[in-house]
Amino acid sequence: MKATHPVITSLATMTMGFLYLPLFGVAIYSVNSAEKSLLWEGFTFNWYLQLFENEWIIQTAWNTLKLALVSTVIATILGTLVAIGINRFPWSRKANAFLDVLLHIPVVTPDIIMAGALVVAFGALRAFSDVFEPGMVNMIIGHITFQIAFVALVVRSRLASIGHDVEEAARDLFASNWYVMRRIMLPLMLPGVVAGAMLAFTLSLDDFVLSFFTSGPDSQTLPLYIYAAVRKGVTPEIHALSTLVVLITVVLVVGAERLGRKKEI
Amino acid sequence: MGKKLIIWHGDLTSRRALIQRGLTFLSGGMLWLMLFLVIPSLVLVALSFASRGSYGEVIWNFTVENYERLMGFSAFGWTPDYLYILGRSVVVAFLTTLISVILAFPLSFFIASRPPRTRYLWLTLVIVPFWTNMVIRAYAWFLILAPELPFAKLAATLGLVPEGAALYPSVFAVYLGMVSMFLPFVVLPLYSSVERLDWSLVEAAQDLYSSRSRVFFKAILPQTMPGLSVGVVLTFVPAMGTFVVPDLLGGAKYMLVGNLIQQQFGASRDWPFGAAVSMALMVLTMISLQLYRRRGEEIELL
Amino acid sequence: MNTNKEKNLTIQNVVKTFGKVEVLKTVNQEVRAGEFFTLLGPSGCGKTTLLRIIAGLELPTSGKVILGGDDITSLPAPKRQVNMVFQSYALFPHMTIYENVAFGLRSRKIAAGEIQRRVAYGLEMMGLDPMKDRMPDQLSGGQKQRVALARALVNEPDILLLDEPMSALDAKLRARVQEELRQLQRKLGTTFIMVTHDQDEALVCSDRIAVMNEGQIVQCGSPEEVYDYPRNKFVAEFLGAANLLKAKRCEGGVSTDIGSFTLAKTPEWHEGLVAIRPEWIRIRESQPEQNGLLATIQDIVYRGTNFDLLLSPGALRVRTNSFKHFKVGDQVWLELPAKELVVLGE
Repeated sequence: MKATHPVITSLATMTMGFLYLPLFGVAIYSVNSAEKSLLWEGFTFNWYLQLFENEWIIQTAWNTLKLALVSTVIATILGTLVAIGINRFPWSRKANAFLDVLLHIPVVTPDIIMAGALVVAFGALRAFSDVFEPGMVNMIIGHITFQIAFVALVVRSRLASIGHDVEEAARDLFASNWYVMRRIMLPLMLPGVVAGAMLAFTLSLDDFVLSFFTSGPDSQTLPLYIYAAVRKGVTPEIHALSTLVVLITVVLVVGAERLGRKKEI
Repeated sequence: MGKKLIIWHGDLTSRRALIQRGLTFLSGGMLWLMLFLVIPSLVLVALSFASRGSYGEVIWNFTVENYERLMGFSAFGWTPDYLYILGRSVVVAFLTTLISVILAFPLSFFIASRPPRTRYLWLTLVIVPFWTNMVIRAYAWFLILAPELPFAKLAATLGLVPEGAALYPSVFAVYLGMVSMFLPFVVLPLYSSVERLDWSLVEAAQDLYSSRSRVFFKAILPQTMPGLSVGVVLTFVPAMGTFVVPDLLGGAKYMLVGNLIQQQFGASRDWPFGAAVSMALMVLTMISLQLYRRRGEEIELL
Repeated sequence: MNTNKEKNLTIQNVVKTFGKVEVLKTVNQEVRAGEFFTLLGPSGCGKTTLLRIIAGLELPTSGKVILGGDDITSLPAPKRQVNMVFQSYALFPHMTIYENVAFGLRSRKIAAGEIQRRVAYGLEMMGLDPMKDRMPDQLSGGQKQRVALARALVNEPDILLLDEPMSALDAKLRARVQEELRQLQRKLGTTFIMVTHDQDEALVCSDRIAVMNEGQIVQCGSPEEVYDYPRNKFVAEFLGAANLLKAKRCEGGVSTDIGSFTLAKTPEWHEGLVAIRPEWIRIRESQPEQNGLLATIQDIVYRGTNFDLLLSPGALRVRTNSFKHFKVGDQVWLELPAKELVVLGE
């Protein structure tokens, strides 16, 4: 690899600074004791402590987690099955192309259109059942809808890298279909499934648009809460909350990275 | 093929049984996508030809009035407001993508030239904002652009904004927010192409061409096209439909198509018009990507 | 280890087509119990497909596979007492060496004690005992191959199939492993069927070789037979560097561009090819009584244990180990012994 030109180095560092400047700003103001002013008045952890006393925020955090966990579990199961279905069976070229398009729709559709479509769908379904009133169930359904595709794509690429060799070897060594699935395919797919699940989980935590369109009064999530609060005016408490969310993201990303690299060895 | 027996990777079965088993695996997820994605999208298409009743309910009469309204025609004559919003969205998405690409190149080269140990650290540093919540990243600019901070003060000294005013909401803030939002979407795929770059070709080009720009366009750009294309699509599509950034950083003055759609499905409760705007967004996105694909091929052919 | 030494394998009129491509065109072959049998041919000749049909990983389009008198044509792989060493070895990357070797026994739910005994014996036999708790990716290519062998052999198969078993090894290791494989087969007495495109491998290991080309078995016989007496041009060229001469039948032998030669057997054709291996051409001090030829040395190629001389006319190649008298430009008398000149068929 060639040595980098100083201009490239400085441009790159400035770009990184540009990405992180706002986040650092939030982190710094989350420990600034000034409540209204943006001038530095001293270090404090009070805003963090206040967060944990705010029952509404605790409830909101719990909602966020519940939404992410439930949708991730369902999407991971459905997405993994879809990936196996696509990768391990002799589909014709046409069928393969169709499945491929279907999987990519949620990835390339602007989320706001997906949200609009879901609003309409739930509006129609409400005629049949109260379950489809705006709220947690709708949000979970919405999140699963875009998560499935991402999980399926990640697991499918993992499956493609496994190849048919080991499967044939296992059958050659007298394994039944079920035994092949349990002892060979599932363990070998697992890193892909875990990676897909982590992706789905992060996507859910990250989502704002779908939740914004489908939530009800009792199903506020952290991004929705922060958005609503910010529109009223930023407070140090929000900075503290945001910093915590960013820190959790960092932990998740680094954890996923570690996990991914360990499996590669 | 019917009942003809085959052996599929050591498993004796018939083609039909195999297809049936495959469909069983697919059924759950595919049914889900059909029910909550494909059918609702089709309903959205139909809805764009319906009209809104006086209480926000949908009246199923086939009409193109939503599209006429989008084009600016109404009972009160012609106004280009909605067309402005559409055009502005394309321009914002285009410029955001362009600026992100320009910034992504030095960054990708920089990361690719790091020793392997620190390379992962730098990559992780790009991935973290990628996964950080949009709302947080958008509102974080409030702090940087606040009137108390040097940036706003500098702008005030230069006479760009009145004394004591924040730099948001403004067009500038929207671009700042948009680029910081979507930059990682370009860097990550571009980096994967830069990492695999064949430097011998670049050196050969350096022998052939005297100017640096020609070396870049003839030797580097074509090689990084695969990653760059993914990055452009990943940026342009969501940038077209974004509504958080313009909503927080642009205020009411700088509405984009995403905000318009959100209004129709939210406060205005005019689903048919919202559906029509969604269709317009989808079509604009597709056309832009198609144009880009054609341009992209030209670049590769050069 | 093998208890079913009497199970011969018969391949009867086996045809395999993929879509419109005829990969195997009516193959008939007998493989005797206990022999080391090799399918030798260039890539795409159908040898791997034939191996997969024997393994039960592929169904023939028509024809039968009979093992010890039983028709096993439509028996899938898990139901056959036939095991395979895959080209990639296809070890299970998430299992230890021990678990890999035990897999075939465990999937048949054999009693735990019996599994332990057989796996221990298999690991011991292949010298894998010290690394039984390692994962496959911690092993070298040669070790992986031995794991693949042990994993197949602990099942005491009627036939062991080997698909290009050396292709993942480096050249140095290959020569040693070939001999080890041969010894292993002798010791066990199990039928081995190996697929390879490497003639050395085939010659070193096999009791019998079947040379395949374009979906058919062209010639089958002992290594000596196929090497010294190739049936046609393809076999002669595929197995080593044979000298091929265009010839016309004449009284008592053939006439070629470089002279007339007496043959041990009169050819059936009027015009065709005769072949002679480089190592069978003799170098003489003076003109030999029969089949002599005066030739000029064009080039000398050092090959370690021997030398190849390239001579004109006829671009002949001669392999010798007494080179010292020669230099480029020398004229020498050659003898092409009648019994070594092979008449090639179509």
